[in-house]
Amino acid sequence: MKATDIKDPEYFHKVVDCQHACPAHTPVPEYIRLIAEEKYTEAYMINWDSNVFPGVLGRTCDRPCEPACRRGRIDGKDEEPVAICRLKRVAADNKGDVKSLMPIGPFKPNGKKIALIGAGPASLTVARDLAPLGYEIHLYDEQKLGGGFMRSQIPSFRLPETVLNEEVNYILDLGIHTHFNHYVKSLKETLSKDYDAVFVGSGAPKGRDLDIPGRKDGAANIHIGINWLANVAFEHTAKVGKKVIVLGGGNTAMDCCRTARRLGGDEVKVVVRSPFAEMKASPWEKEDAAHEDIPIIDNHVPKSFVVENGVLKGMTFEKVTAEYDKDGKRKLVPVGGPDVFIEADDVLIAVGQENSFPWIERDLGIEFDKWDMPKVDEVTFASTNSKVFFGGDSAWGPKNVITAVAHGHQAAISIDLMCRGEVLTVRPSPYVNLVSQKMGIHEWAYDSQVVTDKRYVVPQAEKKLTLSDRKKEVELGFNGLTGFKEAERCLNCDIQTVFTTDKCIECDACVDICPTACISFTENADESDLRSMLKMPAKNLTQDLYVSDILPTKRVMVKDENVCLHCGLCAERCPTSAWDMQKFFYNVTKAHTGCASHK
Amino acid sequence: MTYVRPKFRHPELPKNKLGYTVDYYEGALSTLCAGCGHDSISAGIIQAAYEMNIEPHKLAKLSGIGCSSKTPAYFLSNSHGFNSVHGRMPSVATGANLANRDLTYFGVSGDGDTASIGMGQFVHVIRRALNMTYIVMNNGCYGLTKGQDSATADQGSKNKSGNVNLFESIDLASLAIELGATFVAQSFSGDKTQLVPLIKAAMNHPGFAFINVISPCVTFNNNMGSTKSYDYVREHVGATATVDFVPEMQEIIVEYGKGTHKNVTMHDGSVIQLHKLSEDWNPLDRQSAMNAVINSKAKNEILTGLLYVNPDAHDLHHMIKTSDKPLNTLTKEQLCPGSEMLSEINADLR
Ligand SMILES: Cc1cc2nc3c(=O)[nH]c(=O)nc-3n(C[C@H](O)[C@H](O)[C@H](O)COP(=O)(O)OP(=O)(O)OC[C@H]3O[C@@H](n4cnc5c(N)ncnc54)[C@H](O)[C@@H]3O)c2cc1C
Ligand SMILES: Cc1ncc(C[n+]2csc(CCOP(=O)(O)OP(=O)(O)O)c2C)c(N)n1
Ligand code: SF4
Ligand code: SF4
Ligand code: SF4
Ligand SMILES: [Mg+2]
Repeated sequence: MKATDIKDPEYFHKVVDCQHACPAHTPVPEYIRLIAEEKYTEAYMINWDSNVFPGVLGRTCDRPCEPACRRGRIDGKDEEPVAICRLKRVAADNKGDVKSLMPIGPFKPNGKKIALIGAGPASLTVARDLAPLGYEIHLYDEQKLGGGFMRSQIPSFRLPETVLNEEVNYILDLGIHTHFNHYVKSLKETLSKDYDAVFVGSGAPKGRDLDIPGRKDGAANIHIGINWLANVAFEHTAKVGKKVIVLGGGNTAMDCCRTARRLGGDEVKVVVRSPFAEMKASPWEKEDAAHEDIPIIDNHVPKSFVVENGVLKGMTFEKVTAEYDKDGKRKLVPVGGPDVFIEADDVLIAVGQENSFPWIERDLGIEFDKWDMPKVDEVTFASTNSKVFFGGDSAWGPKNVITAVAHGHQAAISIDLMCRGEVLTVRPSPYVNLVSQKMGIHEWAYDSQVVTDKRYVVPQAEKKLTLSDRKKEVELGFNGLTGFKEAERCLNCDIQTVFTTDKCIECDACVDICPTACISFTENADESDLRSMLKMPAKNLTQDLYVSDILPTKRVMVKDENVCLHCGLCAERCPTSAWDMQKFFYNVTKAHTGCASHK
Repeated sequence: MTYVRPKFRHPELPKNKLGYTVDYYEGALSTLCAGCGHDSISAGIIQAAYEMNIEPHKLAKLSGIGCSSKTPAYFLSNSHGFNSVHGRMPSVATGANLANRDLTYFGVSGDGDTASIGMGQFVHVIRRALNMTYIVMNNGCYGLTKGQDSATADQGSKNKSGNVNLFESIDLASLAIELGATFVAQSFSGDKTQLVPLIKAAMNHPGFAFINVISPCVTFNNNMGSTKSYDYVREHVGATATVDFVPEMQEIIVEYGKGTHKNVTMHDGSVIQLHKLSEDWNPLDRQSAMNAVINSKAKNEILTGLLYVNPDAHDLHHMIKTSDKPLNTLTKEQLCPGSEMLSEINADLR
């Protein structure tokens, strides 16, 4: 193999599994260490820079970082990832004054005007990144307040309104011109105003319906899940029947059923077509529903709504079983037997959402594909109309808040580049830094010891309390001490093992000491051969091999990054400091931190 | 700060026949200097014991004094251990072995511990053919007492403070062959591919097995001009052959061409496989082994690998005809036959 080019920031970035997996590439281990040091304000600001909504995300993030977390694979058994998401909340809960650390307006206008359609996390991110550069930002939303789905969909028992308001206001306070209660009927009209660019962050606002017999007759008690949740959030709906069926197996279904439990639903059941294990909902959302005594009935396909004398009585279902063909494709096959009837006073349909752009005229140079989705560039987020950008759920369908934020950052960069007349495809490089952590023979500037604590569980408020008050937050968050202990579980994957070939005397000390057999000295070979020639075969192909230049014995040092604990022992045992532990800081450049801000 | 090793090990570590992964054979975290050759030898011992499916409680590790003699703390924590006085490991090993012949005895010593203060004990334990493995971690100096030249420092070798050694060095391997050791090998701490099979074959050897391992002292004897530095050894190392040890009942997979290859079958059916044999050398012949050592020394070469082995070796217990049962398991009744028997014996002697 060719020697690894560690000057390419993407090499070490990939070693930081959590940060790499985070759509916004939040410097996770850095903020976790700050939490351990009780530097909550600094930890919050690292997050705020990257993901804009630390308090919101510390409660609600989909956490793609956690399945990626190295901790989850170091013992091959029951070791669980670091509770990255809930640690973020510890920073948000305990922070001091952060406002003074944020950009403070008024900003010198640069003469450019931008319209943002929809006030969800994607648009709000664009607003935050561009406002400090002097852009005049106009934010439109049909709702009465900003936040998008974070406000209308995510229930208050998961995300208190105060937390959301605080973080939305940090952005609005940058001098954003808000146009709430304002539905944008025509993009053409918006474009005809003198905006230099328009960002479409309108989300995927249309809930799928279920067209089966009885749908029309029972309409009064059959609700589209996301509309119903929005009505609850904006206090148009305060009650639901005693018996409730929720259809669907995703997170929306979980929010619907748990909300129904709080609005008078005593017997709330989730009914889903697929087997339990294949439901789309995150495991923790399913656990929370189970904890609130909500049964999940799987393998039941809805057949009809049963309506008697104009009143909804329940639904019938056909029982199925999942069969898989040789390509693993699933088919739901009826098991036979009579249909199953389940009683219901109300039914909530949570079987998916879609994009819908009735307000975008099709003659504006914005190309749509055969699924009626706009063509959006994956790097620049530009549409085929050079002034119009998309991001968040509006770009490629429903995802999550952190993805919307990541899109927002990139769209903001593109808008800024465009307004400055520069090429959109030349993206700003990330900010990177690599600094030795050595302080003494056995002393590092980071906590190198690897603790064996199991993942801590976030405490919850008493069920009696939370079920009687829709706004009572269920999770209490870690306290400072548990937060510290959980933070200590982090392996500091950003503290990189850096190897200098010409210092190595090939004494084998690192090979001998490495607890997880990461390091080998061997003849060089192709990657596939090399992977099997190591002290332990490197079977995880998603993890890179770090290969040195040729050593005096004609061999190479090969390190399998897969289960490195970043314990620093290799560097401690190295007599010549050929190994060193160096802190790698990688931060995605945002529009307001990039070159433009220094011009 | 790290003074402890993390508990986690590679999740896919294979198990040996006893169901142990290699970490079961580890010891405490080493306190030797970073990069000390001795640590590599410890790692070799751990690997060998794991591969040999040693039941840890059936092995005793013994040592004298020195950095080298500290290493038994850093491997096989589940085994018996005795850290004796400077140069006196052989007598403790002899006593232990006589009392309980059922254990595997593993002695670790240094060049100071063996070739200076312990020389008397060393030569006699060889003569007596004690069934043990005796490893010298040879760095040409007294590491623990800050690097004074030892008796194995080569004439002309320069130490860290620039002084040149005036005296002839003691060649421990030739001495061992001379005195009748039935397994003699030489190796380098930086070459585990060679060292691990040698340790395995030595552990399996039914007599006195000696391995002299060049093991650089990074702190006091790794300077320019030293003949025991990593660089010097790498540049001057030669090998008798490549070694593989195949325990009994195991199929021999690798076959080599005639002339360059030799299988030495031991009494218990295990095989030492030697390939790429050097010319004019016969591992079964003491004379040829001595010649090989002397010839390479004349060429300034450090000859490593197996030097000499006698597959028909016998040990002390065999020679003095002790009981097959370990002495420490014999009861008072068995050891003390009573006054009647005594008078009978005495009568015979009249
Ligand atoms: C029930 C539910 C629960 C969820 N829970 C989570 C969670 O826990 N964690 C998570 O990460 N994600 C969650 N999501 C997904 C997440 O909310 C979205 O992915 C995210 O909010 C998308 O952000 P966005 O900026 O693209 O748009 P949105 O947040 O959808 O905001 C779009 C806004 O645009 C407005 N709008 C649309 N069209 C117009 C128009 N023509 N004129 C004016 N305004 C308009 C809408 O009113 C809306 O306020 C959940 C989604 C649902 C449905
Ligand atoms: C009876 C006695 N004399 C002297 C010493 C001092 N001493 C301790 S270690 C040592 C030499 C050790 O050298 P070596 O066996 O080569 O071990 P190394 O440290 O080099 O591995 C000496 C002389 C002692 N501990 N006991
Ligand atoms: S152990 Fe820490 S740094 Fe490593 S992936 Fe997990 S959270 Fe990130
Ligand atoms: S930091 Fe070094 S010693 Fe520790 S696990 Fe990683 S490679 Fe091994
Ligand atoms: S002094 Fe020399 S022999 Fe002793 S531990 Fe240090 S390097 Fe090893
Ligand atoms: Mg010594």
